[in-house]
This record gives sequence, C-alpha cells and structure tokens, in this order.
Amino acid sequence: MFMKQLSVFVENKQGALAKVMALLSDNGINMRAVSIADTQDFGILRVIVKEVDKAKDILKSNNVIVSVTEVVGVELADTPGALSKVMAVLDEGNINLEYVYAFVTPGKAESAYMVVRAGDNAKATAVLNAAGIHTLTQEDLEAML
Amino acid sequence: MAYFQKEIETASREQITEWQNQRLAATVKRVYDNVPLYRERMDAAGVKPEDIKTIEDLTKLPYTSKQDLRDTYPYGMFAAPMEDVVRLHASSGTTGKQIVVGYTRHDLDVWGEICARQLVAVGATKKDKIHVSYGYGLFTGGLGLHGGAEKLGCVSIPVSSGNTERQLTIMEDFGSDVLCCTPSYAMYLGESAEKKGLDTSKLPLRAGIFGAEPWTEEMRQSIEKSLNIKAYDIYGLTEIMGPGVSYECECQQGMHVNEDHFIIEIINPETGEHMPDGEKGEIVFSCITKEAFPLLRFRTKDIGTVTHEKCACGRTFVRMSKPMGRTDDMLIIRGVNVFPSQIETVLLQMDQSPNYQIIVDRVGVLDTLEVQVELTEDKFSDTVAEIAKVEKDLTEKLKSLLGIAAKVKLVAPGTIARSEGKAKRVIDKRKK
Ligand SMILES: [Zn+2]
Repeated sequence: MFMKQLSVFVENKQGALAKVMALLSDNGINMRAVSIADTQDFGILRVIVKEVDKAKDILKSNNVIVSVTEVVGVELADTPGALSKVMAVLDEGNINLEYVYAFVTPGKAESAYMVVRAGDNAKATAVLNAAGIHTLTQEDLEAML
Repeated sequence: MAYFQKEIETASREQITEWQNQRLAATVKRVYDNVPLYRERMDAAGVKPEDIKTIEDLTKLPYTSKQDLRDTYPYGMFAAPMEDVVRLHASSGTTGKQIVVGYTRHDLDVWGEICARQLVAVGATKKDKIHVSYGYGLFTGGLGLHGGAEKLGCVSIPVSSGNTERQLTIMEDFGSDVLCCTPSYAMYLGESAEKKGLDTSKLPLRAGIFGAEPWTEEMRQSIEKSLNIKAYDIYGLTEIMGPGVSYECECQQGMHVNEDHFIIEIINPETGEHMPDGEKGEIVFSCITKEAFPLLRFRTKDIGTVTHEKCACGRTFVRMSKPMGRTDDMLIIRGVNVFPSQIETVLLQMDQSPNYQIIVDRVGVLDTLEVQVELTEDKFSDTVAEIAKVEKDLTEKLKSLLGIAAKVKLVAPGTIARSEGKAKRVIDKRKK
C-alpha cells in the first residue's frame, strides 16, 4: 500500500554523491525525486525511481549502502492551500513526521506529489484517506512514471 | 584435572625457581661460548657467565631484539653446531627480512612436551583425533601442534591450512575431536559450516586451540557458539620456540607459561623496570633449556600482564594475559597510551564492522583522535537521528574505555584502504 524509496548512505566528502548519481544514470535509472538530509559527516540521499529493485542491486554491488524504505505518496490537488491542508490533516491526526519532500512528474503537470515518511505510515495513510486525500501505492507510481 | 607432566606443571615455586636458576646459568654459559653477539655484549657490560647464578641476576644480561636476529641472519644466533641441528623454521617477516631458527633433537622433544601439556590441559587424551589446520612448513604452527599430538600419542590429522570445504568434510568424516588453527580461520570455519548447513552440534569436535594472531574474548564466544566447542588460547613465537610457550587450561583465565623452559618478564618498554602483577608492560622471554637457538631476554614487543595468583586448575606456572597490543602500535595521545586493539574490542562489543581506521592528528597543541568505521547495511537507517545515535554510542563507549575522547566517523564500506587484504589501521599525521 506504500510507495518505495531508496535510502542511500553518502559520506560528506567530495565525489561521494556524484558517484551514486553516476551509478544510477549510467545504468539508465531516472531519478524522479531526490532529497538529501545531511550532517557534517554524512548524508542520507532519498530517491524515488521506477525500478527500485534494479537500482538497489546496482548500488549494492558497487559497495554503496542502500535500503528500501516505505513512504507515503500523497497527491496534492492543484489548488491553493493543498499542501497546508495535508499538513493540517496529519497534525490533527497526531502523526509524527520523520521527513517530507515534494516532486512533480513530467506527464502530469497539473499535479504535485509529496513523499511523507511518518512514524506510523499506515496511520498517516488512513488519516489522509479519511480526509479525502489520495495516496499512491508503488503500482500507482510505476504506472505514472 | 588431567596433566601431561603433573610433577612439573604443579611444582612448588621453590622447585621452579631452583630449575630456573640452574638452567639460566647453564644457558648463559652456552651462549657466551657459542654466540659471538652475546659474548661481545656481555664483555662490553662487564658480565661474566659465572656472575649469573640465580634469576635475580637476569637483569644484568643484555636484551635481544628482532633486529639482532636480522643482523645475524641466518645462523649467527645458533648456539649448537649444525650437526646437532635437526630442523629449521622461519618467520615470514611481514615487516622486514625473515628470520630463521633451529632445533636440536632435544629442542623438538621439549617442544612436543609443551604442546602435549596444552593438549592435555584442554582435555585431549590419546584416543583423540587432533585436526591441525595451521599451515605446515616453515611456519611453526602446523608442525608444532603436530609434534604435541604425537608426543601425547593422539591421532594427528595433518590437514594444514586452506580448502575450507575439505576441512569440514574431514572434520565430519574422520571425526576430529580437537581443532588447532588461527582464531580467524576458526571463525571462518564456523561461518562456512553454517552456510553449508552442517550442524556443528552433531560433530565430535569439542575443543579448539587457537593462536598465532591476536584475538578477543568476543571472538572466543563467537567461535565457541558457531563450532559448538570450548576455545582455548595458545601463545608462542618462532623466535622462542613456536606455539606452546604458554598455554591456557580449562579455566580459560590466562595462559600458563612453561616456566621450566622459559622465563617471562614484564617490563616498562621505556625504562626496562619490572612491572608488578597485573600491570601492563612489554613481554620479554628468556629460553633456559634451548640448545640450538636460545635467546636471552628477547623483547617480544607484545604488551601483556602476568599473575602469580593460584589457578584453580592446580598448575603453578605463572599466567600471562592475552597480548593486548604491540609496543610498536602504542599511540600516545594527549599523554594517554592507546592501543588499536582496545578500539577494535569496543567495535566488536558494539557489533560494528571490524574495518576501522584510526587517524591521529594535532590541531595547535592538541592531539586529535578520529576513529573511522565502515558502516554496515544492518546498522544503516533511513533517518539521520538513528545514524547519529550509532556514532554517539560508539563515542561514549570509546571515551569510557580509552579515557580520552575520540571522534567517531562512519564511512562507506570499502573506503578504508587495504593493502594485501589488510587494512592500514593507524594514520598518525603528527609524524611529519
Ligand atoms: Zn590453570
């Protein structure tokens, strides 16, 4: 019921991020959304791609630490205040958020999407759906990309 | 309790001292007469063989270093004529020229006896099959334990090293009772058995004698679990004899030094002063019965402790600790002695990758210590906070053990440079 995201460990040093990016693009993997969380020493690169398993294998076989994380994909209606509505719904539902980032896809210019990693993804999905907000499964995502 | 030579292994301290006094005096005479290096050094120090009457006189004698063995390579330290020498062994010399040592027939008998003491101490009897996976050849491990097995009258299985698949098959088909190899190979055998689906609890194997490289208490537990055996420590070095210089008994509380053949000293590596029981220092050995290659006060560069406390096994020989590091490896950081092995112990305790690197630097007048550890997949988390917690836990644990703060940095796997499979553990940028 969730979307899948690649989480990649990247050292905070020159060339480390470029190496991961090059591995993906050289193997024909398109990154649909990218977000980086970092500290002084290291970062976590979070990527949405269509071919999750293939991308994971490529990275793994190149000594990159990678895991597949389940996240909630949220479709944002093309109306003013859509984002704040989502946040309000999650807040009212007492959902803890680990992180949030947004992406758009070329085929569906009218829609924007959000990636949400909640303390409890299932609960977050239920709360959003109950408020009439559409969430994406991995299948939805793959069909769309 | 079983002993191979009960009267010797449980002799009184007075008896042991008497043996040591006589044998030391005889050995000193032997090397003075036969080894030019010792004669020159003793003459220079104004010490005559007859000045050495008891072990109290030991400190009058010069030290022997590894460099001395290289300088006199190949046969300069031999104290017996070649017609009496029946075998040579050599140490590979990973950090320099190899050295060669010799044994007379009598030396081999002694070596067999001390290895037999080890075998009996771990519960082996004549009926047992001793699976020796140490390398046979110039390395002392294989033939050393092999000699002990034959001396005791066991069934020796000279498998030698390598071919893990075959090792396991032999273990299963021949019914090996006791395994002798390096601890890292024992770990590997355990992992391979598991991969192969071999149930080690169904094997007759019940004990292992592991040495020739540093290992930790955590490794012991892991080997005991994976191979379903009791794992014992053996210490030795080619320069002194090979495996069996000291041996662990069933109590697993340190290794009894074969004091009827060797004298152990623990010294402050800088001042040479003797360290009391329980305090760390460099381990120094003197051979007192060797004929072909008797070294006096050989500086092992291993750091360890001894204890004269009574052992529950009944043996009266002093016990030495597992070596805790090398004098070469000792780092002085902000005035505190730090050994890479201490850091490795913490990493293993915290279930971290053993691939690490220590970077020492100086910023202004302050020494800095950074420990880089390769992150493993099972420790990786999707959130920054959790990875930061891994770093923080390691930092705290290191601080409490080392007594100084270290910065922990998690790095990607494979980033710590390795040469010939071995990672370079220490980078000291202060030495310029
Ligand atoms: Zn004991």
